[in-house]
Amino acid sequence: MLKLTKSDFNLMLLVAALTLLAPFILNPFPTDSAMAQFNAGYPDLMQRFVIFGILAVGFNILFGLTGYLSFGHAAFLGVGSYAAVWMFKLLSMNVLPAIVLSVAISGLFALVIGYISLRRSGIYFSILTLAFAQMMFALAYSVLTPITGGETGLQLALDDPRIFGASQTPGGNIPVPSLFGLEMRESFDLVLGAWVFTFNFGYYFCALVLLASFYLAIRIFRSPFGLMLRAVKSNQQRMNYTGLNTRPYTLAAFVISGMYAGLAGGLMASMDPLAGAERMQWTASGEIVLMTILGGVGTLIGPVLGAGFIKYFENIFSKINDNVLHEWFAFLPDGIENFMVFIIHPFIGKGWHLTLGLLFMLVVIYLPGGLVEGGQKLAAWFQKRGQKTETSKSKIEPAE
Amino acid sequence: MDAIILQILNGLDKGSAYALIALGLTLIFGTLGVVNFAHGALFMIGAFCAVTLSRILTLSHTIVDPERTDFLGNPLKVEVPYIHDLLGATAGDKVIDWAVPLSVLFAIPIMIAVGVIMERGLIKYFYKRPHADQILVTFGLAIVLQEVIKYFYGANPIPTPAPEAFKGSLDFGAALGFDPNVIIYPYWRIVYFGFSVVIIGGVFAFLQFTTFGMVVRAGMADRETVGLLGINIDRRFTIMFGIAAAVAGLAGVMYTPINSPNYHMGMDFLVLSFVVVVVGGMGSLPGAVLAGFLLGILESFASMREIIAIIPGINQVIIYLVAILILLTRPRGLMGRQGVMED
Amino acid sequence: MSKTTLTRRGLIKSGAIGSAGLALPTIFTAQSAHAFTNEPTGSTVTLGFNVPQTGPYADEGADELRAFELAVEHLNGGGDSGMLSTFSSKVLQGNGILGKKVSYVTGDTQTKSDAARASAKSMIEKDGAVMISGGSSSGVAVAVQALCQEAGVIFMAGLTHSNDTTGKDKRANGFRHFFNSYMSGAALAPVLANAYGTDRKAYHLTADYNWGYTTEEAVRSSTEAMGWETVAAVKTPLTQTDFSSYIAPVLQSGADTLVLNHYGGNMVNSLTNAVQFGLRDKQVNGKDFQIVVPLYSRLMAKGAGANVKGIYGSTNWHWSLSDAGSKAFVKSFGTKYGFPPSQAAHTCYVQTLLYADAVQRAGSFAPCAVAEALEDFEFDGLGNGKTLYRGTDHQCFKDVIVVKGAENPTSSFDLLEVVEVTPVDQITYEPDHPQFAGGALGTCNNGV
Repeated sequence: MLKLTKSDFNLMLLVAALTLLAPFILNPFPTDSAMAQFNAGYPDLMQRFVIFGILAVGFNILFGLTGYLSFGHAAFLGVGSYAAVWMFKLLSMNVLPAIVLSVAISGLFALVIGYISLRRSGIYFSILTLAFAQMMFALAYSVLTPITGGETGLQLALDDPRIFGASQTPGGNIPVPSLFGLEMRESFDLVLGAWVFTFNFGYYFCALVLLASFYLAIRIFRSPFGLMLRAVKSNQQRMNYTGLNTRPYTLAAFVISGMYAGLAGGLMASMDPLAGAERMQWTASGEIVLMTILGGVGTLIGPVLGAGFIKYFENIFSKINDNVLHEWFAFLPDGIENFMVFIIHPFIGKGWHLTLGLLFMLVVIYLPGGLVEGGQKLAAWFQKRGQKTETSKSKIEPAE
Repeated sequence: MDAIILQILNGLDKGSAYALIALGLTLIFGTLGVVNFAHGALFMIGAFCAVTLSRILTLSHTIVDPERTDFLGNPLKVEVPYIHDLLGATAGDKVIDWAVPLSVLFAIPIMIAVGVIMERGLIKYFYKRPHADQILVTFGLAIVLQEVIKYFYGANPIPTPAPEAFKGSLDFGAALGFDPNVIIYPYWRIVYFGFSVVIIGGVFAFLQFTTFGMVVRAGMADRETVGLLGINIDRRFTIMFGIAAAVAGLAGVMYTPINSPNYHMGMDFLVLSFVVVVVGGMGSLPGAVLAGFLLGILESFASMREIIAIIPGINQVIIYLVAILILLTRPRGLMGRQGVMED
Repeated sequence: MSKTTLTRRGLIKSGAIGSAGLALPTIFTAQSAHAFTNEPTGSTVTLGFNVPQTGPYADEGADELRAFELAVEHLNGGGDSGMLSTFSSKVLQGNGILGKKVSYVTGDTQTKSDAARASAKSMIEKDGAVMISGGSSSGVAVAVQALCQEAGVIFMAGLTHSNDTTGKDKRANGFRHFFNSYMSGAALAPVLANAYGTDRKAYHLTADYNWGYTTEEAVRSSTEAMGWETVAAVKTPLTQTDFSSYIAPVLQSGADTLVLNHYGGNMVNSLTNAVQFGLRDKQVNGKDFQIVVPLYSRLMAKGAGANVKGIYGSTNWHWSLSDAGSKAFVKSFGTKYGFPPSQAAHTCYVQTLLYADAVQRAGSFAPCAVAEALEDFEFDGLGNGKTLYRGTDHQCFKDVIVVKGAENPTSSFDLLEVVEVTPVDQITYEPDHPQFAGGALGTCNNGV
């Protein structure tokens, strides 16, 4: 179906189910319960999950297939966001032209940077991409402030021209991004008993884009082009000896993955119309690399999982404070309550980095293939258990 | 002319810091082939060895001074370092004053231990794993290390001044016949430069002139063959890791009077040190040192206001710009060996 | 304009759940039933405290958080009520705000505009916060302020010193108690002229981003008006850690004063480097070489250690001030945490009180009502003397503190000593002052 093999189609279905049902999946705890702190089903974080998912899927087309590790991928994300915000400032608040332009502009940047960087391979390539991204960050933060907004980021203003839209709403405010009048922030709540589920238009817009990009990624992975890229990864020298010029293939992969990043940037600006320079800093690029490795390099769904993992910790763990801890452990006697808070305290709130660092190490030590391998192991374990109970059943049966 | 001499001095000093950090990194990264994102953290731990020693030296008991009051109006508690009781106030202050140089001795065993534990406990399992896994595990380790430091020492920079004897600066210009005050250079930075030269020279001499060094060099070139000859190369690599950690740590100790140490200083230097190593060329120790000095000097020139006036923002990007130009003209950096980390 | 915005979790959390929890599932709650974003309908009101918890300003953020906790405690009637007892407005009773108990959520800005907005959004969307406060840099303040305007909640800025926050990037839903670059320049210049004379040659090192630009401009124009000459102004990268190559050429330029328009780690390093170069021991043009740091904070002074001795700068507030408000605040903060509060803590505490007071006076949490109550509000007793929240740009006008690094500090807290309290008239400017040009406040947004 959809020109996919059965297993790919199932994967696609899985991703579709995960993204479309995210408001339910991510809000497992009743809104009023102490565990609600772990709920991630609010629009902003759900949007971030899928946007960074798109980014990681795109990054994986380059890194997972060709083995070229770009350490400056966040630059395309930043360029995409700037392009989108400029469209909002100049043209209109419709997200479509903004996203189209951000994909195009980041593709252009990727073409230039890729053309230069791909002259080298291995670590030399990584450092070239890093250098380009760091230059773009440094300039955007300082000298290019008139174009990028510098430290404060590029923002909308009441006096922007917006030639195909209104500069201000009748109420005297800056209009918000929309798709032909349907605002991205529009959402409704579904109240089911003690649970509240939020359905946000912007999120579903991003989710559909993710599904489309994921589908495209599968097709690329399974295409002759994808095969060629894998060949580059396994032995580029041999490819060259057979008289084949691999450069156009790797460059195409680089540009595609840059455009994915631009798409993510454009979506990010569409959900929240601001573009900051920090988006291009090496730490941001490093985060993309970590997401991909954490999820599982070269797997299709891994990067999406990795992206979700990191963003979850960043947004949920950083918000747990001692107060919340005391609430959780309030049922314990005072002494033990304070002790528990004392033990957990370093890992939450301002210590969320520590938790993340520890988890990075644990994952890579025990799950060499990333989170995907964890999932596979879990599935295998369940299967085994299922078989065991079956066999034990069959053993018992005769006794009956 | 005087401005140029001044910036060359600055560049040598900056360069010696870069070279020292890159040297440790290239021992691990360029030769053992491990992408060590925790190298910056080693630098940072070195710096905090100095902080820790000065904390130990100033360990105090409090005596209440009823004459003065603290901010809440209570009697002021005055901290008196134990060392004052031990050596008397003047001698005690002298020792506290020399905390940073003393930390060099303090840091060497600690850093070697940290390096060896890191290699035996973690890195050795990752020699055969893909670089991607090495990145993730060492990055995770770096975050953990810096968060631990932050937990105990806070996020604010901690002042660790150089000894009183090194305060102030030397008037170079007067010696060269320029006007006084035109070319001045702080004593501590001169010390730092000298220190780097000694360490760099020491590491080279060690690798060049000892049997141990010879075996390690052979192991770098062809690990398998050396192993087949019945030499326990693994143990030597562990020791090399310890030495690399010590070099990074010492760079950090001596750097504390220049920049007050904080928990994220390692991350600040991390990217830069990778750039220096790669520009120098993978697998080349002289390359890393040369690249360190080259980038240091160019960075200093780019920060001159005459140059910023011509090319705005050049001081922001100079290192990366130079890195790109060098890597495009010299495929394997300044002195890189073929086949190291090229795929 | 469509009537939808961010979800009203706060409402549902407190009110709807009680009844709806037992009833049949409500299908897709309508959005227009509420008067404004996150209208609190239960017995509590949620405030969002968004401070840097990781990154270079983590300690400053931790101090802000302490102040917020203290403010909430006092608002709810706990503790010794701190500055509530000295505050000139007496409507707050210590029973929460409008009778609702104050609860709060915290988040990490990471001192990055993206992360700060993500954190603020989660407070608004998930936790139902009706006001956001905190932050330790202008980039974050401006970014979060714009977000709050869009979402329809009030933003009470934390530490943000750039002119832009209430200049070209001002917003109707955002309010700043902290002082700004212009005020620093205006307060410092006369003190500097007094101490160092009026014919000085200044060399500026400026952090290469928005805050640096506005600070340089402010200090330059005020000192030049006093007769100083600016020899050169060099921009330094944000990521710079070693400033030697920027400091070495200073003496050569013939300048006799160095102005460091740096903050945080940049300032600690550049000042340390400058002192290390022995600049302060030099004589130029027959005068002692001097260094000036326009914006000081106690935490930075702590980081720079002995290097701050005798160096002038300005600050929004200092714990050694002797007015009743400051004393009350230092007492309750010091008793609770064991050390005096920083200026960041002070501004955050005051902002929380001012917000609560405005709500109480307005009788509503609706942002537009609160904004109206804050605009042109005059108050006293919160540590800076008589203060005006100007309605045209939502900037507080109050005395500015000029400080100097203490020569003989007795503890790590009194590294700075107050030199002069510059009266508010000297630092007041017209709303259309060129340093604040561009941008418009717009109209307040209730959301929904």
